[in-house]
Amino acid sequence: MIEVRDLHKAFGKVVAVDGATFVARDGEITGLLGPNGAGKTTTLRCLYTLMQSDRGQVLVDGIDAATDPVAVRRRLGVLPDARGVYKRLTARENIAYFGRLHGLDEATIGARSDAAIAALGMADFADRRTEGFSQGQRVKTAIARALIHDPKNVILDEPTNGLDVMATRAMREFLKRLKSDGRCVLFSSHIMQEVAALCDRIVVIAKGKVVADESPEALRQQTGEANLEDAFVKLIGSEEGLAA
Amino acid sequence: MNSALVVFLKEVRENLRDRRTVLNTLFTGPLMAPLLFVLLINTLVTRELDKAEKPLSLPVAGAQYAPNLIDALKQQNVEIKASPDDPERAVREQDEDLVLRIRPDFAKFWDKGEPAQAELIYDSSQREANGQVARLRAMLEHYAERTGALRMLARGLSPTILKPLALAERDQSTAQSRASNLFSMLPYFFILGGFIGGMALAIDTTSGERERQSLEPLLANPVPRWQILGGKLAATTTFAITSVLLSIIAFAAVGQFLPTEKLGITLTIGLRFVTSTVFVMLPLAALLATLQTLVAAFAKSYREAQTYVSLLMFVPVIPTLLLSILPFKTLPWMYAVPLLSQQVIITRLLRGDFVPMHGLALSFVCTAVAVFIAYMATTVIYRSERLAISA
Repeated sequence: MIEVRDLHKAFGKVVAVDGATFVARDGEITGLLGPNGAGKTTTLRCLYTLMQSDRGQVLVDGIDAATDPVAVRRRLGVLPDARGVYKRLTARENIAYFGRLHGLDEATIGARSDAAIAALGMADFADRRTEGFSQGQRVKTAIARALIHDPKNVILDEPTNGLDVMATRAMREFLKRLKSDGRCVLFSSHIMQEVAALCDRIVVIAKGKVVADESPEALRQQTGEANLEDAFVKLIGSEEGLAA
Repeated sequence: MNSALVVFLKEVRENLRDRRTVLNTLFTGPLMAPLLFVLLINTLVTRELDKAEKPLSLPVAGAQYAPNLIDALKQQNVEIKASPDDPERAVREQDEDLVLRIRPDFAKFWDKGEPAQAELIYDSSQREANGQVARLRAMLEHYAERTGALRMLARGLSPTILKPLALAERDQSTAQSRASNLFSMLPYFFILGGFIGGMALAIDTTSGERERQSLEPLLANPVPRWQILGGKLAATTTFAITSVLLSIIAFAAVGQFLPTEKLGITLTIGLRFVTSTVFVMLPLAALLATLQTLVAAFAKSYREAQTYVSLLMFVPVIPTLLLSILPFKTLPWMYAVPLLSQQVIITRLLRGDFVPMHGLALSFVCTAVAVFIAYMATTVIYRSERLAISA
């Protein structure tokens, strides 16, 4: 479970996150929806302790990110916005590197890698060096290595960014599978349909503030709009930065 | 397994897979520099020796005015040839190294017993010619002295009257110390070896990793940043040290082929030289690797990092230049200054001079302290939020 309480983060005079509060529960997919520049990536970066918040609290399974960032990172699987892989290592070696950084033994790394490679359909390129990988192959490698330690909580920053239709569908199936494993899945997106199709809860964020935190159904009712997209536009107060 | 070790092994493995970089950092750099150095010295020495042994070919203007002088020169193995029309110009344009000009009134003054003028036309900024000028000057002075002595005798005076002072020169330079002037650049070649060895990894593991978007995922792992930095630094240092070792070994091997016996000098490139040099260069290689990482991590982009690291390469030149221009006496405090101490120690070792054990120890410890300070400074940069953000 991931809890965010009154999170503030500014870069100089630019306020990126301005008092965000929400909860992502286990066994649910929570979507962080907002236009470009709304503060989604900054919020997530505070969650996986890449950045320190100016004010507010982040709790992962009850552990405070400010007091024990290493323990928090241990409980998180993270697919950041930056998803570069080491091009002179094979996909499998990329995955094993992160496994070793988590302190896993070689047998566990081998077994989990095999499982992830099967689950993500990576068998035919797992032992190739990642130089020249397609965007989809790179994202799969990045996800496999992010989940090598079998984390209870998974954070994904715009996971379908740059993926083609087939890869996007596969990604959505994969997120559902993570949910059915009982994990807490939190992902950010600016794509309405994706959030609508996947999420149990939608946290709408605009200008660094949480403007709604509801189930898709409740969101429609709250705004009085039958169409989720209209509801979204109404919530953020403009059509700026919105992509279908 | 310790996380820093995991990072170290991964960086080493990844770098070794980059064949071209490995070839350049571990072979071309460290092996080419000493080879080039030895080749250069060899050519220089051989040419100097050739010149000294060969008869001096001397263009003379107005040779007919002083036939006795010319004969005396010929006896000293000087080949007299015709002078170019404009001797000054010929020397300026380096057609000739030097020209001797004798005035038409030479014989008149000579016969009267007054100073007769001969002109030596040369360009002292042409180092090439200096040896020949010195040779010719010595011959002319010798001739003048002999003639002077004869004239004194003819007047019934003792020639020693003109020699109130008998100057005897006792040159205290040893064979090694004469050689060391040629080799004062050598420490820089070793330092350069370490520099080249660490450069690729220092940039690659910091701003390179950030630019390739893999630093942010790496930092999302439950490993403190100082451990990640430690592993990366260890990898960079390993390559820098390997490079330095290869440089030293290559020089020790190739140095045996230097024509030292022709110069009448000896170089001490023995086991003591190699072990002591390696000992003082180890912490320096680590220091260079850490400084490279520091500036590369500080840079905002890969290109910026390359610029900073290249600029950093000029820093080790400073003590080398200072010591080769200014004849510093080795003072105890010099052993405490990183870079300078290595320069002093390696030069002294090569000269066969005594280097005290505490000098070696002081150099090692002080450089190690500098490594620690640079490492702490780098961890500060690594703690900053800005570090991981590539966009």
